[in-house]
Amino acid sequence: MIKVLFFARLREQLSTDSLQILASENMTTELIRQQLANTDDLWAKVMSADSLLVAVNQQITDWSHSVNAGDEVAFFPPVTGG
Amino acid sequence: MINVQQNDFIVADEYQKLADDNQDGAVVTFVGKVRDFNEGLGVQGLSLEHYPGMTEKVLSEIEAEARDHWPLNKVTIIHRVGDLTLGEQIVFIGVTSPHRRAAFAACEFLIDFLKTKAPFWKKELTSEGSKWLEAKASDSKISQQWSTKLTN
Repeated sequence: MIKVLFFARLREQLSTDSLQILASENMTTELIRQQLANTDDLWAKVMSADSLLVAVNQQITDWSHSVNAGDEVAFFPPVTGG
Repeated sequence: MINVQQNDFIVADEYQKLADDNQDGAVVTFVGKVRDFNEGLGVQGLSLEHYPGMTEKVLSEIEAEARDHWPLNKVTIIHRVGDLTLGEQIVFIGVTSPHRRAAFAACEFLIDFLKTKAPFWKKELTSEGSKWLEAKASDSKISQQWSTKLTN
């Protein structure tokens, strides 16, 4: 399984802070994004935002990063702390 | 020392901990506060969310990067999360060094990078409801300028 987390605006828009998805071969951050976008219109809209960021195992990465069983993948908007 | 916490911090106490070393000639501290941000909506406060685990990891990386560039002795980074009202303290950065210029530069670097790299998100609570703040392009430009400056 892959643990998927959502933060801030995404968490609220999707009414979800985490879910699990099945790991498959040759999985990438982009494929997970597409898989989630296929859920329905709301998910399609939220997951296609240009500003969307992704982290794998707590490290921000790009959309071609490979993802394996046991990884933690997080989606979130640009950060605004400080 | 890196702390992500709900509780407030006391600047005098943090200063005391930083200043307790006669090797250092310079202590520089920065405090960020909740301010009335924008657009006349009557900001009452902020709610601060973060990504537990990743936040601490990113802050440690930023600290390590600062230590690569400047001769620093002590570094304190405290960031609060949860609900904060107008005027409350959000973030504390403190650094000590034998040299004042290193201390000033490192303190500025730490807050600039924290703002663009650490996974915190602010939601503004106004008289007309709540609203997630948008990231500022000017902030990411500032951290890019650091990267250019430090690699040259």
